[in-house]
Amino acid sequence: MAIIVDSETRLVVQGITGREGSFHAARNKAYGTNVVAGVTPGKGGGDVDGIPVFDSVREAVAETSPNTAMVFVPARFAADAIYEAVDAGIETVICITEGIPAHDMLRVYNYVYPRGVTLVGPNCPGVLSPGKANVGIIPAEIFREGNVGLVSRSGTLTYQIGHELAQLGVGQSTIVGIGGDPVVGSSFLDVLARFERDPETEYVVMVGEIGGAEEEKAASFIEAEMTKPVIAYIAGFTAPPGKTMGHAGAIISGTAGTAQAKKEALEAHGVRVGTNPTEVARLVAEVVGART
Amino acid sequence: MDLYEYQGKQLFARFGIPVSEGKLASSPEEARAVAEELGGQVVVKAQVLTGGRGKAGGIKLADTPEEAARRAEEILGLDIRGHIVGKVWVEKASDIAKEYYLSITFDRGEKQPLLMLTTEGGVEIEEVAERSPDALARVHVDPLMGFQPFQARWLCFTAGVADPDEQKQVIGLVGRLYDAFVGADAMLCEINPLIVTPEGEVKALDSKFTVDDNALFRHPDIAEMRDLDAGEPQERLAREKGVTYVKLDGEIGILGNGAGLVMSTLDVIAQVGGRPANFCDLGGGGDAEGVVDALEVITSDPQVKGILFNIFGGITRGDEVARGILEALDRMTIELPIVVRLDGTNAEEGRAMLIEAASPNLYVEETMLSAAERVVELAGAR
Repeated sequence: MAIIVDSETRLVVQGITGREGSFHAARNKAYGTNVVAGVTPGKGGGDVDGIPVFDSVREAVAETSPNTAMVFVPARFAADAIYEAVDAGIETVICITEGIPAHDMLRVYNYVYPRGVTLVGPNCPGVLSPGKANVGIIPAEIFREGNVGLVSRSGTLTYQIGHELAQLGVGQSTIVGIGGDPVVGSSFLDVLARFERDPETEYVVMVGEIGGAEEEKAASFIEAEMTKPVIAYIAGFTAPPGKTMGHAGAIISGTAGTAQAKKEALEAHGVRVGTNPTEVARLVAEVVGART
Repeated sequence: MDLYEYQGKQLFARFGIPVSEGKLASSPEEARAVAEELGGQVVVKAQVLTGGRGKAGGIKLADTPEEAARRAEEILGLDIRGHIVGKVWVEKASDIAKEYYLSITFDRGEKQPLLMLTTEGGVEIEEVAERSPDALARVHVDPLMGFQPFQARWLCFTAGVADPDEQKQVIGLVGRLYDAFVGADAMLCEINPLIVTPEGEVKALDSKFTVDDNALFRHPDIAEMRDLDAGEPQERLAREKGVTYVKLDGEIGILGNGAGLVMSTLDVIAQVGGRPANFCDLGGGGDAEGVVDALEVITSDPQVKGILFNIFGGITRGDEVARGILEALDRMTIELPIVVRLDGTNAEEGRAMLIEAASPNLYVEETMLSAAERVVELAGAR
């Protein structure tokens, strides 16, 4: 099972002839992901690492029947690429691109959401289901197969926590990077709900950071709807208000979106929050150990 | 990117939102000339990217050009919440009968723009929200449908804007503010106060305007409005060099790869009793060029007493990052203690390279926690 990507994934890579696109398409393919097509307007007919390239997603769909699209298109054209994928009937779109204007994403989100499409990202490292499929830029060698679902707004911080878990012998069902932008497709809540339904996932680690109120919403959801244990981590306790901390979405606006408020909300709903990545891994190992 | 009041008002004017006539001045003489040109009573307003200007003495009335010059002299150079006033905006003074508040914010949670109107303007909106939440009319706009006039009518009825002529002006103004919000890729457009003059004219007396950095490529004219002299000197240097950097006020300089990991590193430094001097994200890479640029920015802060590298190798391999760090240290002289924590892909090779280099001020640690403890200890000893 796992969530979002697995052995049933048939991937089309939009922006496959770019530097990043070609590099990661080849990596994903080498991992075992079924990469069936690439799209770059004007470059149809060629191939990248044996992957056929088409001019449009519609053609790629007609010829190779992908069910998932990965977007590596530059920021100013990325919204267009997401619409194109959705228009061609793709059910799952994973957008890696960083720097997409927030208003573009506002419109994309409001278009995509009622159509039942799963959008992950943008500004995210992608989704990895160890042993099944890797769609994105997550270094798969850090992770191992297991029963812990991992969902995070950050890339390297996720790798850090995955690495610490691996050292304690704990593996993952799926790792989902939801992205660091103010508007992302799948929220913590969407991904938590999927993990709750996924029979392969028994525990969940949620990695949040300053900005917005998605962690607070997730906190109430966890208490009300989830039977599986969730361990959380929040980054940015020392972040000053009004400053963007690397991720466009990581900003404390006035007094809203602080790490302290998120931690308190999670704890108030019975979710344990580790104070640093090492402690998070230890807490997870403790819970996993206690249940096995 | 936050805009100054006068820049926001320029954008307002471009979208047809009424504002007072005025001009920018950076010296008392210029303020005098502007006041003379405008004629009559003027208001001299400090241009800083922070609130609380009135209370800090940054907004003053002047009846004559001479008085405008004196007021400008008092205001220029003022320190308002850490921002030094370098420019004043001189505009025609307005008679105020009523003060309203109107804003459009980018509501991340609802993923829709949020319009807010209240007749209790002129004070901090958080105060109104807390004291009398019912006075604050709110309505979301579906970004695909766009703003519709019924939404502004609803705002007026709910907030209690009763006068028909006023309503008409406010409804038109809300539509134009929405156009400005979308047209300029804004994250925030706020008019506080939105005034009604004794003659019944509605206009924007102030502006707060934040534009999405990621959309500046569509607005070269707005991108040019960035004040290169504003902010901390280290942040200016970082902007020039293209380094992702935020100045903080501690003594431990921090570099890492990935925003989340760097934020987490700052927190760990605080947990072990240190204070981070900055946030600095090297991004995906870790090449010598990027490391040199980042180190130049970090060491330009005289408060820094120790430096911590926290690198997690993913696609970027640990040995490549180590090579980048060593090359960077070869090209510049740093006497501060430098602690490097390298983990992930090819970390062992990377660590071995760093240890072999045997620089007297270079320390290699295996975990994030031990590295944080080490750098705080070394910095404390200085």
